[in-house]
Amino acid sequence: MTALRQTRQVFLRHLRVLLRQPAWLLITIIQPIIWLLLFGALFKSVSRIPGFHGTYINFLTPGVVVMLALFSAGWSGMGAVEDIQSGVMERMLASPVRRGALNAGAVAFSGFQMMLQAVLIIVLALILGADFQGGVIGVLVMLIVGGLLAAAVASLSNAVGVLGRQRETVIGVVSFVQLPLTFLSTGMMQRSLLPNWIQTVAKFNPVNWAVEAARSAAMQRTDWGLVGERLALLAALVLVSAYLAERAFARYQRSL
Amino acid sequence: MELAIEAKDLRKRYPPDVQALDGVSLSVEAGTIFSVLGPNGAGKSTMTRVLCSLTTPDSGEAKVCGIDVVKHPDRVRRVIGVVGQKHGSDQNATGRENLVLHGEFHGITGAELRRRVDDVLERVGLQDAAGRLVRTYSGGMARRLDIAMGLLNSPQVLFLDEPTTGLDPEARVQMWHDIEQLAVQHQMTIWLTTHYMDEADSLASQLAIVDRGRVVAQGSPDQLKRELSGDTVLVELAETDDGRAAGAIASVTTINDASVEGRTLRARCADGGAAIPAVLAALDAQQVKVASVTVSRPSLNDVYLRHAGRAFEQAESESEAVAA
Repeated sequence: MTALRQTRQVFLRHLRVLLRQPAWLLITIIQPIIWLLLFGALFKSVSRIPGFHGTYINFLTPGVVVMLALFSAGWSGMGAVEDIQSGVMERMLASPVRRGALNAGAVAFSGFQMMLQAVLIIVLALILGADFQGGVIGVLVMLIVGGLLAAAVASLSNAVGVLGRQRETVIGVVSFVQLPLTFLSTGMMQRSLLPNWIQTVAKFNPVNWAVEAARSAAMQRTDWGLVGERLALLAALVLVSAYLAERAFARYQRSL
Repeated sequence: MELAIEAKDLRKRYPPDVQALDGVSLSVEAGTIFSVLGPNGAGKSTMTRVLCSLTTPDSGEAKVCGIDVVKHPDRVRRVIGVVGQKHGSDQNATGRENLVLHGEFHGITGAELRRRVDDVLERVGLQDAAGRLVRTYSGGMARRLDIAMGLLNSPQVLFLDEPTTGLDPEARVQMWHDIEQLAVQHQMTIWLTTHYMDEADSLASQLAIVDRGRVVAQGSPDQLKRELSGDTVLVELAETDDGRAAGAIASVTTINDASVEGRTLRARCADGGAAIPAVLAALDAQQVKVASVTVSRPSLNDVYLRHAGRAFEQAESESEAVAA
């Protein structure tokens, strides 16, 4: 109970920061819209490649939803760095707060923020003519898939933040992995059109796990076997990441 | 006598080669203001962090309110309040929001939490600013909010790590007043680290002087000063000593002990006023030019010099040189 209450408080703290910075809030809202419009226009002719099935907006929407999970949750560690530099972290660690709640609150916020953006994307995609074959349930599963990936990414980012303690470290690591992970997946391009080696690498890429599950659930005749397997993999990744983040916090405290 | 803090032979090393604590032992009586005085880098913050359970010592033992900080950090955290060197409040939240979050971390909730938040806000005089973002606070206000956060769980021991560093002189005096009030009204044990001699002198009933990770002297300020009999004669030389001044002062029989650092000569004696003519005559005989002479009653700086073997300002500048 205590741990849950404390997680909620940490979550609310992050939410207040977002709501109080109108510029950030605006970017959070506009960025996914730009992505969908930009990538949609840029890769429009992909759908004319022989062997490509369906419309590109149908194909792209789950890709952008998952990209959002990676890109917005990736910066979670910046908050941890800021707390360390301002002294807030030390103050929190000197209180009897459950250590796990500090990470869990930030992770929950990242998941929430990502889902908020995803809803905007879904509305926009509907306007642009996407047909969500998976219906409401499919869309909900897509949101859960994105939320799980965001949670895992946020934990890992927090771990990098408390270990690196510098904004530059977080920026470096996060921007180093974001684009490769995105393009080593079927987020923008159908699997059969990818080079063989990328198809192989993509099997081990959590971003690809999420993209394929989200696409199957929301946009196609759902392959529940595939979706179930990917949900399980992502849930396991969330737990492993949370464990790593907790280890990173413990290591940070030992170094004080 | 009830002890609020006991430390035995604490050691901690930061790799590769900083021996932050080099065998620290001390005890603090409950209900007193205890000051830890030392230059930057002496180990004050490390001592504070060990006692607050923020970090663990490599060896040694520490108890706060009888609870072992290494074995039961969680229980220690419930009975202490901590005000760190940096501001511990969230700049993008209001004063009240900061307090509520901190209260929840201590497991205080609902009506009890609201009552305590109002209570500490009033105690530090921030009722009117409680709804404003901390970003808009002055340095003194932010410091008072830090103290309010430290008081929220009604701690038995309040740790203040250099609470007045960075405050303007007016806010500093106000802070001294507040700290004294806390000790008197709430019979709280207060651990106060500082690198200001006057702060330790005016606030603390007991103090420990630390240097290079060791406690070099411990006692009440008066007790420590009394140990140094008599006065200090301070001679400012016109030029850096080449050994003649040191030789000259050694020949004056009324001087108990003396040291020369650069252009400053310090000598201790029973009656400073009476010793001046003899000191000046001895220096004059060696053709040492004198810029000024002053006599002072023993200060904590003299205590420090006696125990650490160097003047406080010198230790400060040496530690800054190391840090740079």
